[in-house]
Formats: sequence, structure tokens, C-alpha cells
Amino acid sequence: MSVPILKQGDVLIASIQAALSDRELAQLHDAFAEQVGRFRSRGVIIDVTALDVLDSFATRTLRSIAYTAKLRGANAVVVGIQPDVAFAMVQLGLSLEGVATALDLEEGLAYIRDVAKRGGQRVR
Amino acid sequence: MSAEVSVSIERDADIVTARHEGRQLAAAAGFSSADQTIIALAISEITRNIVSYAQCGKLTLSRMDEGGRRGILIVAQDDGPGIPDIDLAMRDGYSTAGSLGVGLPGARRVMDEFELVSAPGKGTTVTMKKWLR
Repeated sequence: MSVPILKQGDVLIASIQAALSDRELAQLHDAFAEQVGRFRSRGVIIDVTALDVLDSFATRTLRSIAYTAKLRGANAVVVGIQPDVAFAMVQLGLSLEGVATALDLEEGLAYIRDVAKRGGQRVR
Repeated sequence: MSAEVSVSIERDADIVTARHEGRQLAAAAGFSSADQTIIALAISEITRNIVSYAQCGKLTLSRMDEGGRRGILIVAQDDGPGIPDIDLAMRDGYSTAGSLGVGLPGARRVMDEFELVSAPGKGTTVTMKKWLR
């Protein structure tokens, strides 16, 4: 199952709907890297609300998506990490250091607009 | 209800199945939703080690009831190349697979009991226990 990436103005949104294998996560990473350039996106949102676990591979891939997007001129934000998922990550020692996070999609969009505004960009 | 569940681990998609089975069994055993997530996460890490280093192996999950103490027993076993230096493998940030190196030490941190038995050429067995509180 591949994750559809929706384009909303200058922002790309991937809403993950079910548990992903490592390969599917890697595909999502590559799709984002390509589409940020193709659509000249300013922001990338990864919605993980539906995920019941974020392990070391998922964490590493999310970080890589965010850093890659940043190098391509887009800000990334991970939204929807569930309370139990966050708790388990902390216990295990996993972090999303350097990656912006927001409570949900709405907050994530607000964050992207806010960062763009401070940077003097206009986000459609 | 079956007391033991076994999942063969051969590719990355099996990791998803393994943690799903782990969560189901943990829920049936009475673990809280937070503990179910922690158990699923630990299973994800030890089964990924099988896929990354040994290619194939097996995860066995069972419920424990020892003198009124109840919990879950998780055994991940493979016949892969084994781990030459276990102390090094258990160190935070050490990895030979280009990963974060947090999987095994992280799994040990969140479980009540954790044992890793391995030798070069003899495969690896990780045994983890978590007790109901």
C-alpha cells in the first residue's frame, strides 16, 4: 500500500492510514523528495494519526523526510503522534530531534503558514 | 484462546504482522494501552534486527502465569550470523546496519527482563518478559 500525497496549494500532505512496512516508508520518503521539487512546495505535512507505533526505522525515515524537504526549500511538520506512541518513543529513547511537530493537521498547516510568513514567503 | 502465537520473520512486512500480534496478545493479557504500545515497539525493534542481520527467523509470543504473576513472554530467534560482541551491540548508538543503534538497548530499557544469547555462526535469541502491574 502506498501513501497518497495530496497537494494543497504550496503544501504537500501525506496522511498515513495504516501501518507501513519499512519499504513503504522508504517509498514515501522518495515520493516527497521528488514532489517537493516538481510542485515547488513550501511545506510538507506527514500525518501519523493512524499509526499505533513509531519505531526506530519510522523515526529515522520521518527525520530524513524532514531534513530532505528542508534542503529542498520546504518546511516539514509531523502531525498527530498519539499519546501512547509518544510515551513509548520516550521510554525507548527515540526522538524526532530537529523535526517540527504539531498536534494535528490544522495546527500543522498553521505552523507552515507561520514559518513562511516569518521568512517573508507567501504560501498559497 | 491459544496461549502461544508464532510469526515467521522473513521480510519487512512481517515486522508489521509481528507487532500487531504482540499488541493483540498484550491486550488479551490485560496490559494497558500504553504498555501494549511499548510491547509492540520492542517487538518491532527485535524483529527488525532479524530482517536486517539474519534475513529469517521466528518470533514466538506467549502469556506467562507464574505463581499469580502474569505477563507476556517474547522470544525472537534466528539462525543468522550471530553477534560477535554483545556488549557493543547493546550499546546505545552502535549499529553495523546504518540504523540508529537504539533498537536492542531501547527494547531492553522498556522490558522487565531482557536476555540476548548469541555467538558468531550460532544465530541469535532475544528473550524478553514484561509483567502485568
